[in-house]
Amino acid sequence: MKYDVMLCKITEKKQLTADVFDLTVEAGKLAEAASAGQFAQLYVPGKTLRRPISICEINRTAGTLRFVFQIRGEGTAWLADTCPGDTLDILAPLGNGYSLGNTRQKAVFVGGGIGVPPLLEAAKAFGENAAVLTGFRNEESIILKEDFEKSGNRVLVATDDGSFGYHGLVTDLLKGLDFTAVFACGPVPMLKVVCKIAAARGVPCQISLEERMACGIGACLGCACRLKKDGTEFYGHVCKDGPVFDSETVMWEG
Amino acid sequence: MADLRVNIAGVAFQNPIVAASGTFGFGREYSEFYPLGTLGGISCKGITLTARPGNPPPRIAETPGGMLNAVGLQNPGVDHFIEYDLPWLKQQGTVIIANIAGNTPEDYCRMAEKLSETEVDMIELNISCPNVKQGGVQFGTSCAGVESIIAAVRKYCKKPLMVKLSPNVVDIGEIAAAAESAGADAISMINTLTGMRIDIHTRRPVIRNNTGGLSGPALLPVAVRMVSQVYQRVKIPIIGMGGISKWQDAVEMLLAGASALQIGTVLFTDPYAPVKILDGLNEYLDRNHIAKAAELTGKMIPWES
Repeated sequence: MKYDVMLCKITEKKQLTADVFDLTVEAGKLAEAASAGQFAQLYVPGKTLRRPISICEINRTAGTLRFVFQIRGEGTAWLADTCPGDTLDILAPLGNGYSLGNTRQKAVFVGGGIGVPPLLEAAKAFGENAAVLTGFRNEESIILKEDFEKSGNRVLVATDDGSFGYHGLVTDLLKGLDFTAVFACGPVPMLKVVCKIAAARGVPCQISLEERMACGIGACLGCACRLKKDGTEFYGHVCKDGPVFDSETVMWEG
Repeated sequence: MADLRVNIAGVAFQNPIVAASGTFGFGREYSEFYPLGTLGGISCKGITLTARPGNPPPRIAETPGGMLNAVGLQNPGVDHFIEYDLPWLKQQGTVIIANIAGNTPEDYCRMAEKLSETEVDMIELNISCPNVKQGGVQFGTSCAGVESIIAAVRKYCKKPLMVKLSPNVVDIGEIAAAAESAGADAISMINTLTGMRIDIHTRRPVIRNNTGGLSGPALLPVAVRMVSQVYQRVKIPIIGMGGISKWQDAVEMLLAGASALQIGTVLFTDPYAPVKILDGLNEYLDRNHIAKAAELTGKMIPWES
């Protein structure tokens, strides 16, 4: 089984900030098949399209998946309104996640806002070898700091307003570090800077992208993104070719 | 168990549930969920004479009761389909329908000619894609256009020829009659209705193509009405589609005049929907002591006006 639909019971729910929620579900075989950086499509009653949500943590022993997501509209608001004991209809695991490579190398993880959760499962594997740079609007919107620290990662935080940690862009923190691999997820302007710095240093960089999506499995070709391979440009698809891409294959639109 | 078999233009379908073009790719992704032989058929992703890159993103927007798409016929071209997808599809034990779209009548003719030499069971002429400047719909919105393209393709097409109609016309009955008289063996309908959504913060259309094709449950009553209208106008069979998302919708569409059904957008809500619709239809037939699914076609009892 690569992916399947399953009814999953919510075992735990937390509210992390004003609009960011944290759900853990019993996902059995879906959790067993999942890897870091993949995503799931969550069904919302009355909506035609499922909501693509990245997998934040996988516990294969307990058979659980953890999702940390932000309320963006009616669908995610409904998901935020669910309770432990409720059942979610989940299609997972989907897409290609992060290729971790050697977890003893010095890796740096860069996340912006709600782009931080998809990094956790991958960063955990690197323990003390990973520096995790996270950027948020302000102190109130910081998420998952303790989760990364618990696995031994060194966490640096940047805030837009200086209310916590470094006052400025998270990408500024990248400049003073030594690393041999970069993993990133966040807003496109942040990703562009991360890719540029990695390219200048000749370090491989994997980034996770998002796009408006329908089927989630590569059939409808809705979630197009411009890619380049062997010198030819083409539209690939976030759900099947990604959501994680080698930065060198991504052509930024506009 | 009722007899679910239907015959469309000489092609035997083991049941009337067909995956709709554009929502099912070339089948591989959905074969992860269930054997494709469960379905009556697969209408493959629309193909063109040469590969097409498709439209820039965003290509998708959700709408009340449905969605808009403007994928723009991204596909690897007819030769790639014949070489890489068709051999695998033909092993799945279901009817394979090739959906073709062209820039010119010559494109359609050349594709029909190539596909006539393959194991494809049926050809669906896409003259209704709303999302590309050239690629079909320019032939599909007038009777003269429909007649000329079908007459041209007919000369090269040795397979049963089905024509997929656009709902973006004044009188779909007239278009269907033109398709029949020009030599179409069957009609599939309806393609998407052209729509638009605007981001109120950026004032930009959500879809990069500005407009997109509306599909999903919101479309059902329009599709049922149009199928009913066409059923009264032509003798050739109709494969009905447009917003079918549960077995009750399927029964409705058959009663309106469809002989088989295509299931599309609901796949994105629930990949198992075609199987559930088939089970529900079967139970409905048994419960009502109807021996054959085909007996439902066109059995709506209209109010006298």
